[in-house]
Amino acid sequence: MPKRLSSAEELDNLRKKIVSKRDPHKLGITVCAGTGCQTYGAKAVFDAFVEEVRKQDLSDKVDVRATGCHGFCEKGVLIVAFPEEIAYVKVQLEDVPEVVTAVANKQIVERLLYKDPVTGKTIVKESDIPFYKHQTRLVFGNNKLLDPKKIEEYIALGGYSALGKALSRMKPDEVLAEVKKANLRGRGGGGFPAGAKWEETKSAPGEPKYAVVNCDEGDPGAYMDRSLMEGNPHSVIEGLLLCGYAIGAHQGYVYVRKEYPLAVENLRIALKQAEEYGLLGENILGSGFGFSVGVHRGAGAFVSGESSALMAAIEGKVGEPRLKYVHTAVSGIKGKPTNLNNVETYATVPLIIDKGADWFRSIGTKGSKGTKIFSLVGKVNNTGLVEVPMGMTLRQIIYDIGGGILQGKKFKGVQTGGPSGGIIPEKHLDAPVDFDELTRLNSMMGSGGMVVMDEDTCMVDIARYFVDFLCGESCGKCIPCREGLRLLQRILTDICKGQGSKGDIETIEEVAQVMLDASLCALGTTAANPVLSTLKYFRDEYEAHIDKKRCPARFCKALTSYYIDPDKCSACLICLRNCPAQAVNGAKGEIHWINQEKCTSCGVCFDVCPTRFSAVVKISGEAVPPPPPPGTKVSRKKEG
Amino acid sequence: MEGMVTLQIDGKQVKAKTGATVLQAARENNIRIPTLCVHQKLVPYGACRICSVEAEKNGKIRIVASCGYPAEDGLVVRTRSPRLDRIRKLLIEMVAPQAVFEGDVGGEIRKLADEYGADIHRFESRLRVRSQRCILCGLCVRYCEEVVGAPALGFAGRGIERRVVFYPEIARRVFAGGMEWATEVCPTGKIGAESDGTYFGFTIDDFLAGKL
Repeated sequence: MPKRLSSAEELDNLRKKIVSKRDPHKLGITVCAGTGCQTYGAKAVFDAFVEEVRKQDLSDKVDVRATGCHGFCEKGVLIVAFPEEIAYVKVQLEDVPEVVTAVANKQIVERLLYKDPVTGKTIVKESDIPFYKHQTRLVFGNNKLLDPKKIEEYIALGGYSALGKALSRMKPDEVLAEVKKANLRGRGGGGFPAGAKWEETKSAPGEPKYAVVNCDEGDPGAYMDRSLMEGNPHSVIEGLLLCGYAIGAHQGYVYVRKEYPLAVENLRIALKQAEEYGLLGENILGSGFGFSVGVHRGAGAFVSGESSALMAAIEGKVGEPRLKYVHTAVSGIKGKPTNLNNVETYATVPLIIDKGADWFRSIGTKGSKGTKIFSLVGKVNNTGLVEVPMGMTLRQIIYDIGGGILQGKKFKGVQTGGPSGGIIPEKHLDAPVDFDELTRLNSMMGSGGMVVMDEDTCMVDIARYFVDFLCGESCGKCIPCREGLRLLQRILTDICKGQGSKGDIETIEEVAQVMLDASLCALGTTAANPVLSTLKYFRDEYEAHIDKKRCPARFCKALTSYYIDPDKCSACLICLRNCPAQAVNGAKGEIHWINQEKCTSCGVCFDVCPTRFSAVVKISGEAVPPPPPPGTKVSRKKEG
Repeated sequence: MEGMVTLQIDGKQVKAKTGATVLQAARENNIRIPTLCVHQKLVPYGACRICSVEAEKNGKIRIVASCGYPAEDGLVVRTRSPRLDRIRKLLIEMVAPQAVFEGDVGGEIRKLADEYGADIHRFESRLRVRSQRCILCGLCVRYCEEVVGAPALGFAGRGIERRVVFYPEIARRVFAGGMEWATEVCPTGKIGAESDGTYFGFTIDDFLAGKL
């Protein structure tokens, strides 16, 4: 067991000692061990590397390390070979011996390098890959450099130095002042200034005070908090400690959702190690300041991310929002002042204390400082976690980092802010991304989800999807949210089925307004946002569904038909054999046709028809052309 | 002496005890604000939102639930306005299909429907729900827990699946002592109507006989 550190100086000495023990010439292989890569088998790959290095008798020369999530999850298992920083993607068990040999001989395994889907070129260095190149990784950057299960690696990278600085040289009010000056805004959703929240908790009457980390990230497609908590838990703990010191809290909680087992595991290990070093518990670094942290595992409820619901859950009650005209900052856990921030917000605090508010303010836009991590998913070439300075445009994020739309299709919209956010259309692609700008565009920053949609996405269906999601995730307590969602769900489902009627849009707007005005908590007041923003930007799609029974994206099944263009059909039998409804008629050499009575519009025929024929046509809102006379033969001339 | 605050409700200056809610302040001054989930013995819950009022502070107008919003010095409250009427009307219209019994709603919901011109059948065909005769106000659940002192009832399910359930081990004890209170608090009359022995859809005799 390590010796408890009794001063900031001892922490510095420990850091120097750890660093000096390292052999700077040693080669390194890092294996991303985040949840994404683990689903690709990262654990086995890591073990195989350790075993292979031992087998090739390279243990003295090559270090193998499991790190936190690198963010480029679709390319897992991600391997980086140091010191050249050679990035290997989609590495599998059988690749391991070759990679180890190459590392030892300072060679490169060409076939495992990343190939840019846009230019077709292979790229050697990780930082040269466009996905990484255009990012600014301040908060997320250490993830790929350290093993989250070893506190020494965090310390070696300067970890806990902000805490040491604060405890030895700053008064609590100075820490608070620095965070306020930095204008750090909450990364979890609303963008409320963290400093103001801290101050409200600090000045609220009542002891003890609490500081709580919200790791209940539940927006569909968003996982930056998970990756931070898994990949660099100490940065979150350090931020929490700094908050506790600033506001006079001695007890903290981390609320982690049940679906994040690795985050819980790594967090628990981190807390234990921090305590062993005296970075948690009584008299931290000899300063007299004490702080302990409890872990609360959520039970799988989206609504528990709402502050009053989250605190009820920590108290052991049902995670439901309550009336909170008195802020949780004033009356939170057990009625005591409680500060709640999200994972990313806390992880940003050590940087601010370490480098100063002025440094932090030099990054970003007027109203939004620093960087923000987004989870870029959907119909883009490169998906994953991206950290960029506030103010980067949507176009830069989607095209420079994301590599543009999949299969060269047309961009239609990007959903930001999860179920409380909205969908931003193409005409606003050059908008700088920050808290205020996204709100102006009828969306929101939220926790940083960014789902890219292409021309094949139906905006009515997307609105329906989010409403569906919330129908199951609202707590159901208040009438406007529960009944409003139920009604919106029914109306939107009807519209998607071609059963919408005149007046539906007006009813939707009426319901949405009452949900916004009268709901109990922010889940309800924002629940209609995806509907309202799609109505604002894509109203014509709603009208087409209702008036013309046409789905412009040709997505909604009930409004979409498939038929086979007799001039293009080569009678290859592929669609005929694959049709699960046996709706395709024809025979070898005889032009195929689809029996519309039997067709379920599943789209399998469209997907399997070879692109060189592209004979299956998707239509919506128009009559299906009649099939050719039975037994019509394919004319051979088009084969040439 | 306990502190008092002065606020304005519907143009009238009223006094209220510090810590009182806007609803309490209004009621003490005979100003009516409609509610569906409030009971004087229970902690404010804020579920029905029928008691929404316009609260103006520092020139900013917010819609708040008067049952939970604290009465404050200088607060200006309006209990009726076109906007509030619209909210109450739609809330009644949306929740009515859950409360309908034999083609109509009863009690306070009926009164409010008339007062705000709400068409209780407006969304019936759209929602296609089977009326449970329950609007999930939680009065029975909360009364049981807060006043009777034993949580025999609770909620299960989330979102649109939310429903009232009972916990047999506790219910056995609590219900044996009679359930008049539940009949009294239920705003849709469901519990009262079923007081022939089918509370919450099961017969109390079967239940007490251990058949459930």
